[in-house]
Amino acid sequence: MQRYSFWSLARHALRGHRTWQPAWRDAQPKDAYEVVIVGGGGHGLATAYYLARNHGVRRIAVLEAGWLGGGNTGRNTTVIRSNYFYPASTNFFERSLQLYEGLGKALNFNVMLSQRGVLTLAHTPHQMDMLTRWATSIRMQSIDAEMMSVPQIREYVPLLDTSASARHPILGGFIQRRAGVARHDAVAWGYARAADDLGVDLVQNCEVLDIDVAGGQVRGVLTSRGKIGAEKVALAVAGHSSVVARMAGLRLPIVSTTLQAMVSEPVKPILDGILISPTVHAYVSQSDRGEILIGGRADGYPSYAQRGTLPALQDTVNALVNLFPAFSRLKLMRQWAGVVDVTPDSSPVIGKTPVQGLYLSAGWGTGGFKAIPAGGETLASTIAHDRPHPLIEPFGLDRFVTGHLVDEGAAAGVDH
Amino acid sequence: MLRIHCPWCGARDEDEFSYGGPAQRRRPADPAQASDAAWAEHLFTRDNARGVALERWRHTFGCRQWLLCERNTQSHEITRVEPLAAAGVRPAA
Repeated sequence: MQRYSFWSLARHALRGHRTWQPAWRDAQPKDAYEVVIVGGGGHGLATAYYLARNHGVRRIAVLEAGWLGGGNTGRNTTVIRSNYFYPASTNFFERSLQLYEGLGKALNFNVMLSQRGVLTLAHTPHQMDMLTRWATSIRMQSIDAEMMSVPQIREYVPLLDTSASARHPILGGFIQRRAGVARHDAVAWGYARAADDLGVDLVQNCEVLDIDVAGGQVRGVLTSRGKIGAEKVALAVAGHSSVVARMAGLRLPIVSTTLQAMVSEPVKPILDGILISPTVHAYVSQSDRGEILIGGRADGYPSYAQRGTLPALQDTVNALVNLFPAFSRLKLMRQWAGVVDVTPDSSPVIGKTPVQGLYLSAGWGTGGFKAIPAGGETLASTIAHDRPHPLIEPFGLDRFVTGHLVDEGAAAGVDH
Repeated sequence: MLRIHCPWCGARDEDEFSYGGPAQRRRPADPAQASDAAWAEHLFTRDNARGVALERWRHTFGCRQWLLCERNTQSHEITRVEPLAAAGVRPAA
């Protein structure tokens, strides 16, 4: 692997940038592997990387139906935070945030992590109580969170309508200062390049059509590029989890729907961190290029259409213009959507399945990007040892039968 | 934007309707005797079909009637709408 550094950049610049090598090989699928990972998004690539690096597994393939990072990894709003309510969630997402903090160095790839904070707003006295309870819960778990008064919020986000006559009056909020954003493509590409360097075959344009299961044990997969044998298979296919899991005879507690996002034309720096209003369901940040990046609620019914519907878009833009009256002059430049896999308790389903040798990383819903490093690390460990990593034990499929749900949607009023 | 043909009110925008879950769900016949796994299956497990799905919809901001809707989850094409009662499906499950 060509290492990236200031010196390599300077050296290549002197040669007119004609000697850069591709970041990864265009691998052709082999007949069999030890581990086949279905889905070349952030979670699949990270799992492959940690399997090779931490557990010394050498014969690994990542099969991707389209191109690497072209699904939800390339469609999300890149929010990274660990401000959850229950210890099961906070422990996991804090580990993920810590891995993100060292990811650029570990992968020798600049993922442009920018920890400018995430501010969650309260618009009613009841929400202030909820946020105080939430922030206190986070601090009791030794993770940073602090309440903010209206004058502090005004200083942090001057453009926000904090007047008493605002459509959605702001009573306060809480901030996690270590939260932030990262470049989503860079996360996928960084993991892909590092995994390829460890010998992982990254096979693109290779759609999985069936999963070969015999005697309750997974044997391999049938793909658009032929049959591939595998001792272990992991599914990391986000919105299509139900469709692919059904190939192995599994039915999941998941509903797929579309979540959309949009960016405005680029403007000068006006937003420092990320702003979230759970009440009106809008969140906003400003990209390094100056675009205002806007997200909101998922569409109100199941969908596999990667485009998003107009009512959800209108709700989101409405809410945003009420929060930031100045944004009414902005022109929207692009809008897009991804298919998200939502579980009943808004927590992921990750770990082993009833089929021997088949592993699942699904149910990340509207917030899988922040989970990529820890999701990959823990799933890799689960695959290598065939037992759930302690951090993901609470997120097994069986919790829906035992009743041990990790209901973050109810506890904190947020989606994962 | 979906345009749903309400049998009572005619074609209306999706804004007037609410999605009410899949049409095929059946509550366990004898709730007291149903196992935890049977309850989990009923409460949480979904077909989550990619393609044609049978769904319950309610014309919430119109006639408030429950409807059975056959909709493609990929193309969003709606191929059939009829009153839920006529289709022999109970509104609440």
